[in-house]
Amino acid sequence: MAGKCKQTVLDILVKNHPGVMAHVTGLFSRRGFNVEAILCLPIADGTTSRIWLLVNEDGRLEQMMRQMRKLQDVYDVSTNSEYKKVFYDLSSVMETEASQLHAEVS
Amino acid sequence: MQTMTGAECVIRLLERQGVTAIAGIPGGTNLPLYDALSRSEKITHILARHEQGAGFIAQGMARVTGEPAVCLATSGPGVTNILTAIADAKLDSVPVVCITGQVPTPLIGTDAFQEVDTYGMSIPITKHNFLVRSVEELLTVIPEAFRIATSGRPGPVLVDIPRDIQVENISIDSFPKPSHPDESPQVSNADIKTAAAMINAAARPILWVGGGVAASEAGELCRDIAETASMPVTMTLMGLSVIPRDHELNIGMLGMHAERYTNMALEGCDLIVAAGVRFDDRATGKVNEFCPNAKIIHIDIDHCELDKLRSASLGILGDIKSVFERLKPKIEKKKRTEWTGYINALRNAFPPHAPAESGFDTPQKFIRLIGEMAGDSAVVTTDVGKHQMWTAQSYPFSGGRQWLTSGGLGTMGFGLPTAIGASLAAPDKKVICFSGDGSILMNMQELATAVEQNVNVTVVLFNNQCLGLVHQQQELFFNGNCFSSEFAVNLDYVSILRGFGWSVCDLADDSGEEAHAQALTEILATDGPCLIHVPVSREEKVLPMVPPGAANRVMIGGDTNGR
Repeated sequence: MAGKCKQTVLDILVKNHPGVMAHVTGLFSRRGFNVEAILCLPIADGTTSRIWLLVNEDGRLEQMMRQMRKLQDVYDVSTNSEYKKVFYDLSSVMETEASQLHAEVS
Repeated sequence: MQTMTGAECVIRLLERQGVTAIAGIPGGTNLPLYDALSRSEKITHILARHEQGAGFIAQGMARVTGEPAVCLATSGPGVTNILTAIADAKLDSVPVVCITGQVPTPLIGTDAFQEVDTYGMSIPITKHNFLVRSVEELLTVIPEAFRIATSGRPGPVLVDIPRDIQVENISIDSFPKPSHPDESPQVSNADIKTAAAMINAAARPILWVGGGVAASEAGELCRDIAETASMPVTMTLMGLSVIPRDHELNIGMLGMHAERYTNMALEGCDLIVAAGVRFDDRATGKVNEFCPNAKIIHIDIDHCELDKLRSASLGILGDIKSVFERLKPKIEKKKRTEWTGYINALRNAFPPHAPAESGFDTPQKFIRLIGEMAGDSAVVTTDVGKHQMWTAQSYPFSGGRQWLTSGGLGTMGFGLPTAIGASLAAPDKKVICFSGDGSILMNMQELATAVEQNVNVTVVLFNNQCLGLVHQQQELFFNGNCFSSEFAVNLDYVSILRGFGWSVCDLADDSGEEAHAQALTEILATDGPCLIHVPVSREEKVLPMVPPGAANRVMIGGDTNGR
């Protein structure tokens, strides 16, 4: 999962409503910028959510963050590469599950 | 405490925002809004004939005043029709609030009659969008829509309101205060000082202005700074009306259809002050080879534009008018005779294609003639194509919010409905719409709206029986294989427009220049919608031209004045 590129995690605080994921992920798809993994959970009373996006660190990341700050439903954007561990841990869980599933089916 | 329907609440909120006109078309899911609108004493309705027309009428109102304008469409096809005008507003940063009806909330997601995913489709082409989920939300969403549309870099906001929310009752203690645009970002003294020092130290500076300067109405300040510093000014398509056409420091539009000397001057500059521009490929050509020797000061209200395509030596995030106001007293008076002399020498060596005199013998001279006859207060709209570039190159602009053209999206069909909207918002002004026979057909149903509203719009229709700019690209870059760009039928526009009830002046006959001049004088003095029909040869090109993707120094044509 770590791949070839250096990766980091975008930590995004958003207003929690049904359209917010489309706004955030749309920014990436429109610019052909791949999101490697997504984690999103409501926080506090549920009016806000925190989205973590695992992304490759390339030269366009700064522009992506600026574009994201323009979104009305985005309150804050930062990067934190320490959160990568959460994704890598999840990744090993998923891979184990997937190989068990594969074994059952075949 | 007062009780009203959601629809009535929307109309009251729009009234409180100062809205006086709405363009739109009624349909199943916005009928409650229309019923409420019929009882408004403050808002008039302009019935368009296609939702795209309604969107552009709103754009015309917004572009000519700088204030947000409102358009209204029904769900499904009403929405898909209006989206082109909304995308156009996004790319040219025009404050429009688009309100759409949606199927009742319980039916959303069921493929109901006239249901489309308005919210999903409008995300990438609006500044922001809302799907209203309760009648109470209207009290925050409507003022928010106006705040967002007008704050910072303006843009379109779409509000999708399901029909059940429009008919639901709401009890209101007091209405929220009308919203206002946010304050602009603060610019540090240090940045202003650095910018002034860079300008003062430059030997060969050029001021490059775009739509942002027009939007912040900083034209006069821009002229003051240019004159003090003897700094030549070039404009993007969107910034053309910032500096008067015949001002001695005006070196014309840059980029794909620039004058040859303009692009050459840019090659030689050592500082470019880029204000309210976004380094669009039509302006810069191959961006890495644009102004290769220059430092860049980039001033913009949108943080995303700074360093997006070219890194600036100094990026200033702020409102151009306030930046210019603070910059102005720090600019040293300089003559820069060597630099202005060099540009004059370029201009003499490569004489401008744009005519210095008006006349009948070329479209460019004719556009200048119309501009001179219409006077400085006229508002100009265009469609998209050869006529648009000829107008950009030749119209005698005098300043202000005078120039309305589809820059970013390049939407054929823009000119007529936008002219109608501009005329409704500025009824004391003459509105001239330059169009072509390719473009006019794309929103010609609004000819009816123009008659109904009796607007003072004069359409100058250049008829070359083809999709001119496409035709030109096929001639130049596809070995003359002009496939699907020539029209086989020759439409009788004079009869068609007469049929709509327009006054008509036809320059197709051979009655001679004197008779044509007389006819022009008469038609320009006529009130209500008027057509001037001008046949043009297919061979008339837009030159010079930088091939798409090439550097600006690679120009085709225009090395001699020719005419």
